[in-house]
Amino acid sequence: MTRHASPPSTAAPPVEPVPGAESGTGSRSYLRRLGGRELPLAVVFLAPAVLGLGLFVIFPLFPAVFLATRGSDIIGSPTRYVGLRHFAELLTPEFGQVLWHTLAFTLIVVVAGVLLPLALAVPLSQRLPGMRVFRSLFTLPFAYSASAAAVVWLLMVDPGTSPINWVLRLVGIAAPGWTTDSNWALVTVAGVTVWMVSGFNLLVLSAGLAGLDEEVLEAATLDGSAGVRHFLSVVLPMISPSVFFVVVTTTLTALQSLGQPQVMTDGGPNGSTSTLVYSIFNQAFHNNNSNYGLASAQGLVLLIIGVLLAAVQFGVIERRVHYR
Amino acid sequence: MSKLNRPSAATSTLTYVWLAVAAVVLLFPVLLTLVGGFLPSSALLRQPPDLIGGYTLDSYLDAIRQVAVPLFPAFLNSLFVGVTIMVAHLVTSALAAYALVFLRTPLKTPLFLLILATIMVPYEAIVVPNSLFVRSLGFGDSRFSLVLPFLASGFGVFLLRQAFRQFPGELKDAATIDGCGHLRFLFTILLPGCRPAIAALTVWSFLQGWNMYFWPLIVSTTNDSLNTLQTAVFALRSNESAAPGLLLAGITITLVPTLLLVVFGQRWLVRGFTAGAVK
Repeated sequence: MTRHASPPSTAAPPVEPVPGAESGTGSRSYLRRLGGRELPLAVVFLAPAVLGLGLFVIFPLFPAVFLATRGSDIIGSPTRYVGLRHFAELLTPEFGQVLWHTLAFTLIVVVAGVLLPLALAVPLSQRLPGMRVFRSLFTLPFAYSASAAAVVWLLMVDPGTSPINWVLRLVGIAAPGWTTDSNWALVTVAGVTVWMVSGFNLLVLSAGLAGLDEEVLEAATLDGSAGVRHFLSVVLPMISPSVFFVVVTTTLTALQSLGQPQVMTDGGPNGSTSTLVYSIFNQAFHNNNSNYGLASAQGLVLLIIGVLLAAVQFGVIERRVHYR
Repeated sequence: MSKLNRPSAATSTLTYVWLAVAAVVLLFPVLLTLVGGFLPSSALLRQPPDLIGGYTLDSYLDAIRQVAVPLFPAFLNSLFVGVTIMVAHLVTSALAAYALVFLRTPLKTPLFLLILATIMVPYEAIVVPNSLFVRSLGFGDSRFSLVLPFLASGFGVFLLRQAFRQFPGELKDAATIDGCGHLRFLFTILLPGCRPAIAALTVWSFLQGWNMYFWPLIVSTTNDSLNTLQTAVFALRSNESAAPGLLLAGITITLVPTLLLVVFGQRWLVRGFTAGAVK
């Protein structure tokens, strides 16, 4: 049974520590024999996580498909089979608008939400007094929930009290209707999201910059590398894992934002801030709409976007990102 | 000496100017939140809001006294959601990661890939079937409906599996030979040894739970008593939009634990969180 002759195979485990530890092979086979009792333990250990994720993440994908092919009665119970009707509704200009808003919103949030913290993290990485205090202060927006940020920013842009409008008036600029002008509302809502993500992104980018290899930086500087070129061709490639991490998490945060458009503009004006997640909320839960079929179909679109992003993420992480 | 180490006078002046401008713009909303709660609404309804002088506790008292959106039950709900999700993520993730790393588990790779795959499912995509499911389970009116879909986390399993794999195998072997059982090894040696990852998951999970918005919004539409502080903030805004002092006092209450965590817990968060991604 045992290939190595060491510890005697008894039913009960040996009371004393196995003396064969120094040989290596003896302890290994002892460990292997313990393995027989591991299966029940493994099942018990894995059950909570697998059940939790299985019941509430994987299993719901099936009813999501089911619901997407059914009509809904007035309280939302699924009714007869409607085939691909809800998916056909996704091919209308209205849903095209929703996708366009989602794309524009996500692009603004990712580009500005990464560049702004980067423009703060790089000067903050210098050895100057006060940098740690500044860095801690800049991370504070990270503490805000979507609804808290949205309500505070509503006060920031309220035409009656807005300190922003007051400053703009001082320099002679007429402020736009931040949340009431359909050309501006999406930009405003995206701007608030940029503010919300800037804190966490600054933390990650600062950690990346702090981990840079000083010797490489010094060598580059001695070779005459300086300024913008130094940053673009030496520093940026070296922190590309942090930048990439931040781009991915910010994209997901932007795609999943509900509180900002729902609290600030309720998808309006004229649907101009209706993003994909807002639209799911709106169809299914807003004003007792209970249009679960269409909302589920839109949810599947979001799922496909999420999976595609993950695929891109794995593809890029393998090839483009510089690891030491 | 490298430029990074000793910036010139011009560079440091420019740095301070830029950081000061950015701080004014980015931190004004934070200042408005924290100071505004101590101001009467009349001072906040001016343009620009008058943040200096006349501090009072009236807005806090009004926020606590008003009965349209009771904040104390909402606080208890938020605390329940934050703590439950935090503890549940830690327990379910640690046990699963342990089985995936240290136990001879059949189907190890497919199970891990399945758990990993759940990370890329945005929960908004399945929020409709989940809300119908939780309602059909009869949890509709209990606090548990606020947390039920979020007790396990694919990301948590992934994070702890990474940490456990870096734990020295010889220490595990030595512990086993000394007769240390799996549970004792997990709780007395492994978890304390993986403190950065545990701390990061703890902070992250609590923040997730406390700041969660979409799900509590759905659950509380049918039952006001399930408002969390986050949905209460939205309800307050609909009821009390003419009283910014009260709104900001309410928001400050929701911010207390998260501000503390962000200020004092950020080092753990970054260290544990980005260990895999940022190296």
